[in-house]
Amino acid sequence: MKHLILSICLSLGLFLNAQAQAQEPLRIIIDEAIIEPLPFAAPSFQPESAAAGQMASDLARVVAADLTGTGLFREIPSSAFISTVSDFNAPVQYADWKAINAQALITGAVDVQGNNLNVKFRLYDVFSGAEMGSGLQFSGTVDGWRRMAHKVSDAVYARITGEGPYFDSRVVYVSETGPKDDRKKRLAIMDYDGANVQYLTDSGSIVLAPRFSPTGDRVLYTGYESGFPRIYVLDIGSVSRRVLESAEGTMSFAPRFSPSGQTVVFSLSQGGNTDIYSMDVNSGQSTRLTNTPAIETAPSYSPDGSRIVFESDRSGTQQLYIMPAGGGEAQRISFGEGRYGTPVWSPRGDLVAFTKQNKGRFHIGVMRLDGSQERLLTASFLDEGPTWAPNGRVIMFARETQGAGGSSTLYSVDISGRNLRPVNTPSGGSDPSWSPLQK
Amino acid sequence: MKRFLTGGILIAALAVSACTNPDRFGSDGLDANANAGANANGGIIPGSVNDPTSTAFFQQSVGDRVLFEVDQSTLTAAGRATLDGQAAWLTTNTDYQAVIEGHADEQGTRQYNLALGARRANAAQEYLVSKGVPASRLRVVSYGKERPIEICSNEACYAKNRRAVTVLAGGLSS
Repeated sequence: MKHLILSICLSLGLFLNAQAQAQEPLRIIIDEAIIEPLPFAAPSFQPESAAAGQMASDLARVVAADLTGTGLFREIPSSAFISTVSDFNAPVQYADWKAINAQALITGAVDVQGNNLNVKFRLYDVFSGAEMGSGLQFSGTVDGWRRMAHKVSDAVYARITGEGPYFDSRVVYVSETGPKDDRKKRLAIMDYDGANVQYLTDSGSIVLAPRFSPTGDRVLYTGYESGFPRIYVLDIGSVSRRVLESAEGTMSFAPRFSPSGQTVVFSLSQGGNTDIYSMDVNSGQSTRLTNTPAIETAPSYSPDGSRIVFESDRSGTQQLYIMPAGGGEAQRISFGEGRYGTPVWSPRGDLVAFTKQNKGRFHIGVMRLDGSQERLLTASFLDEGPTWAPNGRVIMFARETQGAGGSSTLYSVDISGRNLRPVNTPSGGSDPSWSPLQK
Repeated sequence: MKRFLTGGILIAALAVSACTNPDRFGSDGLDANANAGANANGGIIPGSVNDPTSTAFFQQSVGDRVLFEVDQSTLTAAGRATLDGQAAWLTTNTDYQAVIEGHADEQGTRQYNLALGARRANAAQEYLVSKGVPASRLRVVSYGKERPIEICSNEACYAKNRRAVTVLAGGLSS
């Protein structure tokens, strides 16, 4: 964050720059060593109708929580404010915000008509005394008010960091209750921040490792409803599910969609041997992609659908490999100490996230596609199952605590290893899968 | 009601039963333990641990499970001995089918442990088939690390969780 620049937006900046020293726009460069979060102010939004009062305040709170939750921003409390914003369209008193060191100022206005919600916002670069980007307006339903807040946060985050947005997204995960020897598991879906939890299955049989479709409307998971692990595809809108084709006497698990959503890659165990297969979702036609006596599982497609990263113990221990999406020769990519599993290709295509076991500890880490620049982001008794935020900057995973009273909790961490924090879910959680950005 | 036993065998069966721990996730025979024993005239209560054709007898006297080393699916000598007993019992008690459940301890990722449990269940199944149990009577399922019976996080518990359990179905009621 050494580039916290008190400067002018590029749109206004040309002639001003001529008279001032060279300056850069307000920006957080995430890859650089961040020393201190960027201070911002988000006063309560302006209600433009009587019904909008509470929502105007709530929206600003969610926006502030989104931004501070990244660890990249720090909110200046309203008790420190010198001036208030009483008119969304009135000129901003930059000096008053500069005096309390608010480098960014977010203002908004809210209109509620029946079940329709309209939210406008503006972002100001206080120290350069200019609006950053132009104002935006989002329309939706009152029920979906948190999404409107996340859209505002996404715009602010994207403008200041230059990274892609991710707040307007959801997570499907396995909700867990009960002790280790009587753990009840059910599928649940929530907003990325833990709000709006909805359950998709009951706890009558084990469910594992749900995975979003590329459009976010369906979920693949492994279920024991039949007494044996099988792959189900669940439509989120209707909460209806169907089991995918599988041969008698086999077990299938670890499914994941291809980027097109037409193909599912998964593991199939037969005669004690586990290999990777792909299946056309509509025809049920499957193709064997690996054929070794080793355990091959946890496949994940590259964003362009051309390759698959997976884990195999063909070398003697669990390691990561990349093969063509149609099968064929695989290249080993993990060569560090310990065992590597559950690889997940980043949505940007440049990194693979994984679970690593070494010397009795578990880690979530990332590496480049050739295995170089391995970086361990976490360490604990048991961390596993990373999933990527839609912008490829943040990873969510599950952490299980040790011992008879152990339980599992979802955590998120930035790919720099900063900002490790639990996700606020109503009960325990495991196997998170982050959705694409909502449309 | 299939047959009667002598008192001497009865005592032996009870003594063994005290040392074993039925898998709480096995579907059959748990209730039978409460009824273990003989009736007033010295007969065997069908389905009790003293009934050598019962699920309870299989679980407690024959032994329904074999244990594995860390990250291994090779049968141990003790495991093979238990499976010899299971094979003999299944060969005699032909009414029963069995599902062999493979399990792993918590040290490992979820998907790998599912595959490891499948290897373990399959190792037990192949051994039983090699001893003459028809493959058509056996199925396998892996629970990976999803169904531990012991919950501490050390080797004493892990050793019991790394198991393949032969769960009977059928028998008297079928």
